[in-house]
Amino acid sequence: MLQVRDLYAGIDGKEILKGLTLDINPGEVHAIMGPNGSGKSTLANVLAGRPRYEVTAGEVLFEGKNLLDMATEERAREGVFLAMQYPVEIPGVNNIYFLKAAVNAVRKHRGEEELDAMEFLQLAREKMKVVELDEKFMNRGVNEGFSGGEKKRNEIFQMAVLDPKLAILDETDSGLDIDALRIVAEGVNALRSEKHAVLVITHYQRLLRYLVPDFVHVLANGRIVKSGGKELAEELEQKGYDWVEEVA
Amino acid sequence: MTVVADLRSEAAERFAQLGWPTPRIEEWRYTNLAPLQKVAWRTDDAPGAVDLPFTYRPHAVMELVFVNGWLVTGENLYRGDRDVHIADWERNALVALNLANQQDGAHIVIPDGTVVEGFIHLLFIGNGDGIWSHPRNTISVGKNAQVTIVESYTGSGAYFTNAVTEIVADESAVVDHYKVECDSREAFHIGNIFIRQERASNVTSRNIAIGAALARTEIHVALAGEGSSVTLDGLFVGSGRQHLDNRTVIDHIKPHCESFELYKGILDHDARGVFDGRIIVRPDAQKTVSRQVNRNLLLSESAVVDSKPTLEIHNDDVKCNHGSTIGQIEAEPLFYLRSRGIGEDEARNLLVYAFASELVDRMKIEPVREQIRRSLFQSLPQRLPERRGEAR
Repeated sequence: MLQVRDLYAGIDGKEILKGLTLDINPGEVHAIMGPNGSGKSTLANVLAGRPRYEVTAGEVLFEGKNLLDMATEERAREGVFLAMQYPVEIPGVNNIYFLKAAVNAVRKHRGEEELDAMEFLQLAREKMKVVELDEKFMNRGVNEGFSGGEKKRNEIFQMAVLDPKLAILDETDSGLDIDALRIVAEGVNALRSEKHAVLVITHYQRLLRYLVPDFVHVLANGRIVKSGGKELAEELEQKGYDWVEEVA
Repeated sequence: MTVVADLRSEAAERFAQLGWPTPRIEEWRYTNLAPLQKVAWRTDDAPGAVDLPFTYRPHAVMELVFVNGWLVTGENLYRGDRDVHIADWERNALVALNLANQQDGAHIVIPDGTVVEGFIHLLFIGNGDGIWSHPRNTISVGKNAQVTIVESYTGSGAYFTNAVTEIVADESAVVDHYKVECDSREAFHIGNIFIRQERASNVTSRNIAIGAALARTEIHVALAGEGSSVTLDGLFVGSGRQHLDNRTVIDHIKPHCESFELYKGILDHDARGVFDGRIIVRPDAQKTVSRQVNRNLLLSESAVVDSKPTLEIHNDDVKCNHGSTIGQIEAEPLFYLRSRGIGEDEARNLLVYAFASELVDRMKIEPVREQIRRSLFQSLPQRLPERRGEAR
């Protein structure tokens, strides 16, 4: 599904990813772990097409198509979703209106019928339950006045509604208490299927207790220095990132 | 000679002395009326039939329609003969010009204790090239009375509307005043609004400028009674080569008064916007609370805004703050919306509308909000989503 080949990328002229290679197949959950500054978020942002990030070498294929040639919205319509580390508040843009516009943009791209207001609300209500978000949030501005945990749950809610092929979670666990962590993990687990893939980017192992990955990769200095199964996450937790940096 | 005729000729004389304002005058620094002076304006003595561009009936409890300055339909249910003369024609040339050429207008008196349910609509239609009109409205709101009045300006052709509205809010009166200027894109519009507030009165002024080639609205508020409160909301949306000027003067004369002002500008293409907001706190106006904010959103490289908030405080016992910002569409929200599959144009439109919505959403009359939304879409045709929806 996703093939990242020897990717070099950075921001403001600073190279952060230095030859990263990664393959993700449908049905798989991958976790990327690494110390601060190793390039975890850069990878997420480059995949989603955040402005200012520059790719200097390498390629990224999503279902055989060149992902890096696509505009941000095209990537989303093709089925790439980024749950952001710091979701922005957008007062004046209504949550429900925004999400309906997004769903229909994606559906249109897939050649599916657009949802009418009733159909959309039904879908939204169903998914809201999964992340235990109150309906009253839906009539506010996007993320407006949401707590940190509510913002993260809203990301997972949007993900559930948009039903992406590849969901990328950028430090979605940071700042969450155990309950919120469990809810987020359940939201992602509900998406898991043989057709969907998930890339979890995290500093800590704790989310991975609820959201068990098939593969764990350790990122250091812009490259994957070690890959393994879910047990690698525990090993990291015990030995710390110094151990990895020594390996690297 | 009658009193009115006296005033007319005095005002005409005064205008002859003052002449057209030029950018050499500080208050007119950003706006040049030269193109307006080149036209030999004439009054339309017999306005022909005009199709109503829109109506707020049956929502409005009363609707008066004026064409080229003359009342053509509607009945004034709140007629009265309370004299209202607070417009400053001695110093303001355009007010003098209005009084010298004064045509019809609404003269509304809300008796003490009367609460007008719903709202009153005054619709001013300009029609035809080279026609000027000088409507003058007076609104007197009695003690403990309440009223909402909407003035709409629209039309077609290169006409010139020079309107004056005088509002007196007596003790504990509550007034919600809307001015929605959606004039023809070839038209000139000058509006002068004078508001005088007595003790514990509460006035909200909502000033929307979307139309006209050149529009300027001045709002002068005198907080002349203790404990009175005024809110000035403003939204100006310009594109093409439009020039939209807003000048407000809030005069805190008495103690314990408050003023809250928020003006927002959205400017695209080569449009130019002006916000000149002056707040005066007199020596006697202790415990004044005043907040003034002007925010501007520039959508193109060549759009310009001049923002000039001014505070003149003549005593120590006040809480005043003011500020202004000029910015573009922010990258982060734009990226966020696009990352969910929304196209760049539509994402921009959502953010432009979001910027305006703070002011539009707090308007209390649903049909007026809808009318403004429609006008916004028409004003920025390539950019707003509903418009594109229609084209599909």
